[in-house]
Amino acid sequence: MAGAGLEGARERRVRTGGIELCVAELGDADRPTVLLVHGYPDSKEVWSEVAVRLAEEFHVVLYDVRGHGRSTAPAPLRGGFTLEKLTDDFLAVADAVSPDRPVHLVGHDWGSVQSWEFVTVRRTEGRIASFTSVSGPSLDHFGHWIKSRMTRPTPRRVGQLLGQGAKSWYVYMLHTPALPELAWRGPLGRRWPKLLERVERIPAGDYPTASLPDDAATGAWLYRDNVRARMLRPRPDAFAHAPVQLITPTGDAFLSERLYDDLGTWVPELTRRSLPAKHWVPRTRPDQLAAWITDFVRTHEEPAARAPRPVAETAARSGVRPEYAERFGGQLVLVTGAAGGIGRATAFAFAEAGARVVAVDRDAEGAARTAEMARLIGAPDAWGEAVDVSDEQAMEKLAAKVAAEYGIVDVLVNNAGIGLTGSFFETSSEEWKRVLDVNLWGVIHGCRVFGAQMAERGQGGHIVNTASAAAFQPSRALSAYSTSKAAVLMLSECLRAELAGRDIGVSAICPGIVNTGITATTRFAGVTDPAEEKRRQRKASRLYGLRNYPPEKVADAILGAVLHDRAVVPVTPEAHGVHALSRLAPGVLRTLARWQPPA
Amino acid sequence: MTSAVASELTAELRGFREVQQLSYACAEAVAAQLKPGVTERQAARMQREWLYERGVKDWFHRPFAWFGDRTAFVDFKIPLQFFPTDRRLEAGMPFILDMAPVHKGYTADIGYSGCLGLNPLHDKLLADLRDHRELILREVRERRTLREIYEDVDRLMVRQGYANRHRAYPFGVIAHKIDRVRERRFAPTLFGFGTQSLKGLASDALRGHRDGWSPLWSPYKFSDHPPTPGLWAVEPHLGFRGTGAKFEEILVVTDSRDPEQSAFWLDDDLPHVRRWNEGAV
Repeated sequence: MAGAGLEGARERRVRTGGIELCVAELGDADRPTVLLVHGYPDSKEVWSEVAVRLAEEFHVVLYDVRGHGRSTAPAPLRGGFTLEKLTDDFLAVADAVSPDRPVHLVGHDWGSVQSWEFVTVRRTEGRIASFTSVSGPSLDHFGHWIKSRMTRPTPRRVGQLLGQGAKSWYVYMLHTPALPELAWRGPLGRRWPKLLERVERIPAGDYPTASLPDDAATGAWLYRDNVRARMLRPRPDAFAHAPVQLITPTGDAFLSERLYDDLGTWVPELTRRSLPAKHWVPRTRPDQLAAWITDFVRTHEEPAARAPRPVAETAARSGVRPEYAERFGGQLVLVTGAAGGIGRATAFAFAEAGARVVAVDRDAEGAARTAEMARLIGAPDAWGEAVDVSDEQAMEKLAAKVAAEYGIVDVLVNNAGIGLTGSFFETSSEEWKRVLDVNLWGVIHGCRVFGAQMAERGQGGHIVNTASAAAFQPSRALSAYSTSKAAVLMLSECLRAELAGRDIGVSAICPGIVNTGITATTRFAGVTDPAEEKRRQRKASRLYGLRNYPPEKVADAILGAVLHDRAVVPVTPEAHGVHALSRLAPGVLRTLARWQPPA
Repeated sequence: MTSAVASELTAELRGFREVQQLSYACAEAVAAQLKPGVTERQAARMQREWLYERGVKDWFHRPFAWFGDRTAFVDFKIPLQFFPTDRRLEAGMPFILDMAPVHKGYTADIGYSGCLGLNPLHDKLLADLRDHRELILREVRERRTLREIYEDVDRLMVRQGYANRHRAYPFGVIAHKIDRVRERRFAPTLFGFGTQSLKGLASDALRGHRDGWSPLWSPYKFSDHPPTPGLWAVEPHLGFRGTGAKFEEILVVTDSRDPEQSAFWLDDDLPHVRRWNEGAV
């Protein structure tokens, strides 16, 4: 019988060093082998969600670490869990499941800690094709990390030490005799599943398995056998001999992001990824994890894919921030109003960071052009879609198509908007309808159809809505536009509150005066003569051109808002100004609102 | 126009065409020698020496070379940043060579965009410049005002998704007039520009100011006039996130009534045009 959530797995026992390991295999054995190593307190079932996704393309192998799940424990326990013995286990499993080809190693938590040992000792050289590390540092690197901070304790480094020191409380607990065993076999073991669900937001289901109390009790020896020894005497030659992909959950309660600051000196070929999630990403973010592992394995499996992509060069030249590439690489981003201005610049910025981009616009040609250029600057894939955001049915159709063909959107940017200016009494009800249809309903439709997909998937995501500085700044000349944008701002705030529980962030961007094409299509209420309208559009465009605030900077603010999960982001200095005034001195804004712009 | 005038004009144009050909030959020769590690200063010197050897003594402006994101004038704040730096060329980097020699009294001003190795994005930019060359000629023949044409080029760039980088040039010009220059033994340069040529440009500016035109083709009010007859060095410059591309060549504008004769590119046998034609076949 296969373990929970591992239906269809072929199981075998591998004997090594006096114990028996329970090994499960999924997928076609002729494909490249991906070996998944679980952490503490876990068994191989922690990988079940990721394993089934990877099995579509790879030969996936999981095993219970000695003393866990259905593998047997060494006797005596003390001294039976050293990293040397764990390396023996790994080699035995690798030789059994993939005798001729090196394996692609993936480790989470303690699985990653021991995998670091595997990739940094000489005797495994040639057996590992790549290593993806999730939430588990090398004990040797960790030891050096502490040492370097103790020997040169600048305030920042002391802060880093104290920060990680506080996060490691459970490590100290595990070093006490008998107590951890009692707790795990007693109340802690019973409450663990509920605890994970509440604190770590792990979806309830067949994980954790029934063997958890025993796994956790025995597994305490992983820490006792290794941590002290390696912290005191870290190996000086712990250099990785395989390419490493480091996936860092930014919300990890046990490991500081700073732990990996010096990793470049240990790993010649290092790819960094970051993920806004807590510690147990194999349970909470299986899609993203499987996608990054697949990508990394493919890159190091096919020589053609290893050829340097123009991405890196272009990125280096135009200075794309590494934190954007770490976070957005391979994600699916949908931008509306992407045929020009802020939308197009945003699509390009995400493309440069390596995201897959869906460019949506009423203007089919412009959207296609955005997609084409996005591919040239680093998007692994990009598509243009011609849709009017104010058309509910069209948006629903688009959502169905995107979900079916490209996947679930990770970042949604509701950016499409139109301008309308003029006195309230000169604004016809048709004009009101049009502005609200695009600026407000477009955002509502976007949030409804794509937000629903994100929420349903339950693996986080982010929604960005383009509001405006006009959302804080009233004006007698912008009643319809400002109303629509203020509504977008409030909608974003409400949605942010509602979706917080599902790990979906919502940001409202308030750009201010930015040099885009919005002025060229702005309607002027009460102006019926087309020539007069043209003249005013040109005049407005000229003014915006003189201000010349580039949409690229707004795009950068959007990426920053997603990365740091910001709620409201004013962009231009004037937007910051009115945002501050709206809170400190709203009376000033009311006075400004009475000013009538010259025709 | 009498045939005598026409042939005289042709002889004159032949002089300009020769120096333009010489300049492009120089650009191609220097581009062929560029390899990783060469600096902008070295590339500029290579152009200078190549042209000195072939009899060039004076400049409209001394040769420029821009590498990498400097082809898109990223973070250019002051004109001094146009001058060649110690930036080194790397594989995959775009580059632009821009020179304006005076040869036998005739001036050319050319811009040559290239790339060290493969860069699909740069190819795309180069290919998209074709529409700009066609748009400019068409609208000059229609006798639109220079400012209008400038704005139309701008709009085309925005539609293509590019940034207008000729805006970074002095006065934001997309083109400027060039003319014959009297050859002198002593030909000093001022901030990289030949004093003789600057004198010509200044006197044109003065004359133009009285008659309501300008030798600078800019987005400003002083360019709000139909194209004036003469030779214009036209240089649309596209920028896209750290990659830039341009061409620069002479557009001949005459006062002929025949649209075909009223404006034409001095020479169609240029590297970028050949490239487009080969691509089209």
